[in-house]
Amino acid sequence: MNPNQQILFDVPGPRAQRRIRIATVLGALAILGGIAWAVHQFASHGELAAERWQPFTTWPIWRYLLDALWATLLAAAATAVLSGALGLLLALGRLSAHRPLRWLAGAYVEVFRTVPALLLVYITLFALPKYGLNFPLFWKLVVPLVVSNAAVFAEIFRAGIKALDRGQTEAGLAIGLRRGQVMRLVVLPQALLRLTPSLVSQLVGLLKDTSLGFVVSYTELLYSGQVLASYTHLLIQTFLVVALIYLVVNASLSKLARVLQARNGRLTTRGRSAAREPAATPLTPGSTAR
Amino acid sequence: MDALTGHLGEFGHGLVTTVHMTVVTTIGALLLGVIVATLRICPVPLLRGVGTVYVEVLQNLPLLALLVLFVFALPTIGITFPLFTSAAIVISAYEGAYLAEAIRAGINTVGVGQAEAARAIGLTFSQSLRYVILPQGLRAVIQPMGTICIALLMNTSLAAAVGVVELTQAANNVNLVEAQPIAVFTGAGLAYMLLALLISRITGALERRFAIVR
Repeated sequence: MNPNQQILFDVPGPRAQRRIRIATVLGALAILGGIAWAVHQFASHGELAAERWQPFTTWPIWRYLLDALWATLLAAAATAVLSGALGLLLALGRLSAHRPLRWLAGAYVEVFRTVPALLLVYITLFALPKYGLNFPLFWKLVVPLVVSNAAVFAEIFRAGIKALDRGQTEAGLAIGLRRGQVMRLVVLPQALLRLTPSLVSQLVGLLKDTSLGFVVSYTELLYSGQVLASYTHLLIQTFLVVALIYLVVNASLSKLARVLQARNGRLTTRGRSAAREPAATPLTPGSTAR
Repeated sequence: MDALTGHLGEFGHGLVTTVHMTVVTTIGALLLGVIVATLRICPVPLLRGVGTVYVEVLQNLPLLALLVLFVFALPTIGITFPLFTSAAIVISAYEGAYLAEAIRAGINTVGVGQAEAARAIGLTFSQSLRYVILPQGLRAVIQPMGTICIALLMNTSLAAAVGVVELTQAANNVNLVEAQPIAVFTGAGLAYMLLALLISRITGALERRFAIVR
């Protein structure tokens, strides 16, 4: 995978191969031991009985869980759109030429990057209603998540915009575009393309944050799992299935982020080598002194 | 303001619990992070697979789901720990996956020549990792590890959702009594910001002390 992995150890000789085999056997034994112990724990408490798992093969239970997954995805999508937009505005604010704007956006990001989302959830649950701001349940989950994720998105956008070659901005200004136009027409399209992998992997974080619905009692996946578990008394089964659903959804998103990353890597290296080649051709012996 | 000064004891207790949890889980997560990062680059394919699965699973599950699973569901198969210990174990395991990835990134920044030199003087895999690669790799990622520690600090608040009375929960309890949300939650938010500032100061100092300027 990475170059060091091949560098840290040689191609194994006979003795190293024997050692690798021993480590493999020991590792396999440890894993099997762990599984055996887990199975024993399940079995000795009667949690392995067929009727305690059978409900998870029936459609009504799955329809309930898929409804919950839909609610999770809905909350995640709303949070992603709103916090993405707010984050972009904040990033532009931090990079703007106006000092008060820069200061305000900076303060927002610094504050909400270090305040836990749960504290914000508690504020929307217990503080805001006192001042007449009583959101519907869905927004009680989404609003605090937007507030905290916007700060994260702002940092991603800012890093992406700053990472772009200065020459792009300078070229835009040189052909007579105004600052706003340069940002909109030249910088953002390129920065956003390169940021897609980071943005997608932030989606995973955001989707994980929606599990705070557990606290809000919004019927997303984790809270629905809790309701189902208290109704059926199948605690460990329900939460394992819920965890599995989270795992499948998030692992697919992470995989997508990696694919995009690899594709972007190819795009940018190709772009860079293409840019270097014409520069390399005029290098005649006389010009090396430059 | 009265809401804050009248309940200093509760706030202090919550703050101490948050700091205690943060310190314990940081140590646990660092140990786990080094172990998992080592697994992911070791010569034994099976152990590499174990490391990869660990990181994939823990990074893709919500921390709150893990906490709920560990605290509420595991007792039904006879695995129980005290509440604080359970929360500390789960948060360590979760942040350990992130630290492992940061450490692996650090290991990747160490020059290939360093590893080749270590092998050339006859060090084994674990020796070259211990004496050559890790000391340099860890220094390269002090800043990212500090960022993860701040995330860890914020994540300790999730322990409140399974019943640990740390800073967030203490603030909530005080607010339920005093009904002065602005003072109470601002106070708690400020405490988190100060703790985060403290962590970034510490990592800054460590960075200046240990980082290698290449």
